[in-house]
Amino acid sequence: MTTTARVPLVEMRDIRVSFGGVHAVDGVSVDLYPGEVVGLVGGNGAGKSTLMRSLSGARPPDGGQILVEGQPVAITNPRAAKALGIETIYQTLALADNIDAAGNLFLGRELTDKFGTLDDSAMQSATRKVIRRLNPNFKRFTTPVRSLSGGQRQSVAIARAVHFNARILIMDEPTAALGPAETEQVRDLIRQLKNEGIGIFLVSHDIHDVFDLSERIAVMYHGKIVDTVKRADVTTDVVLGMIILGKRPDEVTREELAGLRA
Amino acid sequence: MTEASGVRPTVAAGRPRPTVRSLLQSIEVDTRLVGMIAALAIIWIGFNVLSGGLFLTPRNLWNLSVQSATVAIMATGMMLIIVSRNIDLSVGSILGLTGYTMAMLQAIWIPTTFGLGFGQPYTWIVALIVGLVLGAAIGGFQGFIIAYGGVPSFIVTLGGLLVWRGLVFEINDGQTISPLDSTFSLLGGGPSGSIGEMASWALGILACVVIVLTLVRSRRQRRKYDFQMRPMWAEFALGLFGCLAVLAAIVVVNSYPWPEQLARQFAEAQGSPWPEGGLKIPTGIANPVLIAIGVAMLMTVLATRRRFGRSVFAIGGNPEAAELGGINTRRTIMLTFVLMGILSAVSAAVQSARLNGAVTSLGTQIELDVIAAAVIGGTSFSGGIGTIPGAVLGAVVMQSLRSGMLLLRVDSPIQDIVVGTVLVAAVGLDTIVRRRSAR
Repeated sequence: MTTTARVPLVEMRDIRVSFGGVHAVDGVSVDLYPGEVVGLVGGNGAGKSTLMRSLSGARPPDGGQILVEGQPVAITNPRAAKALGIETIYQTLALADNIDAAGNLFLGRELTDKFGTLDDSAMQSATRKVIRRLNPNFKRFTTPVRSLSGGQRQSVAIARAVHFNARILIMDEPTAALGPAETEQVRDLIRQLKNEGIGIFLVSHDIHDVFDLSERIAVMYHGKIVDTVKRADVTTDVVLGMIILGKRPDEVTREELAGLRA
Repeated sequence: MTEASGVRPTVAAGRPRPTVRSLLQSIEVDTRLVGMIAALAIIWIGFNVLSGGLFLTPRNLWNLSVQSATVAIMATGMMLIIVSRNIDLSVGSILGLTGYTMAMLQAIWIPTTFGLGFGQPYTWIVALIVGLVLGAAIGGFQGFIIAYGGVPSFIVTLGGLLVWRGLVFEINDGQTISPLDSTFSLLGGGPSGSIGEMASWALGILACVVIVLTLVRSRRQRRKYDFQMRPMWAEFALGLFGCLAVLAAIVVVNSYPWPEQLARQFAEAQGSPWPEGGLKIPTGIANPVLIAIGVAMLMTVLATRRRFGRSVFAIGGNPEAAELGGINTRRTIMLTFVLMGILSAVSAAVQSARLNGAVTSLGTQIELDVIAAAVIGGTSFSGGIGTIPGAVLGAVVMQSLRSGMLLLRVDSPIQDIVVGTVLVAAVGLDTIVRRRSAR
């Protein structure tokens, strides 16, 4: 490794997750350094989301080891992940539709006063502060998130992940529901968080997003890592080829390449 | 300044024709709750007309308040259970078992089995605590199987409905247990189980103060966060309506005098002569009603101001999101059932105290009234939606229907037909309205 001097923020070793007989994630190893964005790409069902869910505690892995800052950790549920500073923006957003933005932002981590009563004032003002940073047009702080637009809902989900001083951020399709302007805001945010030294796993279908933002790109195919490459060393075509064929560039035959071009 | 900012938008909008709905929205009153109050008014006036003025009498309304109390106490817990996408069919049997156990303690176990004798000062509180703990344990046991075992709540509590009722018969060969400890039976209401005139007035005035303070505080909060504020007239109207409703209720319960026989006994005990026009001792608020109000207030705090309540609503809204958000969903679900068990035991205490004894059928089929009350009160079976005031009002609606029909001497099968129809109609109407407003 080029960065042997530094300890990775996260190291996932030989992770295995299976559903019934299907190996959704089959012996995957990836790592993530502080201030780095690692793009995780692959076709549908390649195992990107499942791999990330094992890091976020949503679905603990069946095998393998996870190290955070060099220490082996057991992430058995989402609470354990959050305690380690791992925050996640899920593809489904994971919002409770019947609750307002502040309620969702502090879901499971509500602020209380010394009597254990919910401190709605503190939660409202904190929510306003963090969401205004992401989306200045956001106004509807007290309506249930059910009645918000896709972009606004996404803002709430992102705000929740960044508010709690995460060290490690998992973003699963963070711009899927967003328009161009909002997407640009999220990109700015990712760059900003990166500069603050946060490590980010970015799962995306959008190869351009990944190329713009990532230092390294890990390509997954049928539950395995094809290769992890530095962005500077590859082109989008090469990565697309890896996604589709599931092979490293040097393994690809002339015929397969011709098939792609056709 | 602030009043003006609340009014200006309506003026600037060129005054669109105000509808009832837009008016209610502008003063931010729960439309559903207003609808229920309106429905209740129609039911009350309707029964009053049909019964020739017998329904809206202090005597009937006082009785109605006591009858509603047991269902209301349990409906608050059922609301939370349904909000979390579960159901508890066993509450009637839990009521039966805890009530029967409390009665056994007072009438047989403490005085005879342990040989401590009747009329001990601690009897009532020991019985009550044992009942509440038993209720919590039964609820916790069922909740554990549901939350940690993953067995659907419908099945677990259907089993519970049979098991706990069966146990009632096993305890003492199905005999009726009576009488209860004289202190304990005060929990059930009746003239001596009520707080009387002065205390009722004091409580009523206190309630008015609380209403006004709540309105003022909420207005301050809104100003602080630039929320849209109600127009000032709406604040006054709300405060006035709330206080008048409270004071009217106090007037009603204070216009219900003690029965003459009891008043005579009271006069004799006081050593005062029986006055010419008879002695009118106002009954005041009955203890069960007081307990129900206390429970409703505590449950409101729990549901809206505590982390627990927030978690329950989050689970109802999106169970996966709640779990991913780090909520301990299993423990939360189990706790809702513990709470339901405790509330069933509270109702059991009230119900058995009112009967001054326990029968094996205590609480039979009350689960249906409780679920109906919660649902009529706006609790959504798809989860995530429900309020405590709604559930309490739902209980009053249910009991008003039953008590009104009893007054009209409607046969019990016909009563069931009416209640069943009203339940489906109310929820059907609610679903249609909700679907429309969602568009």
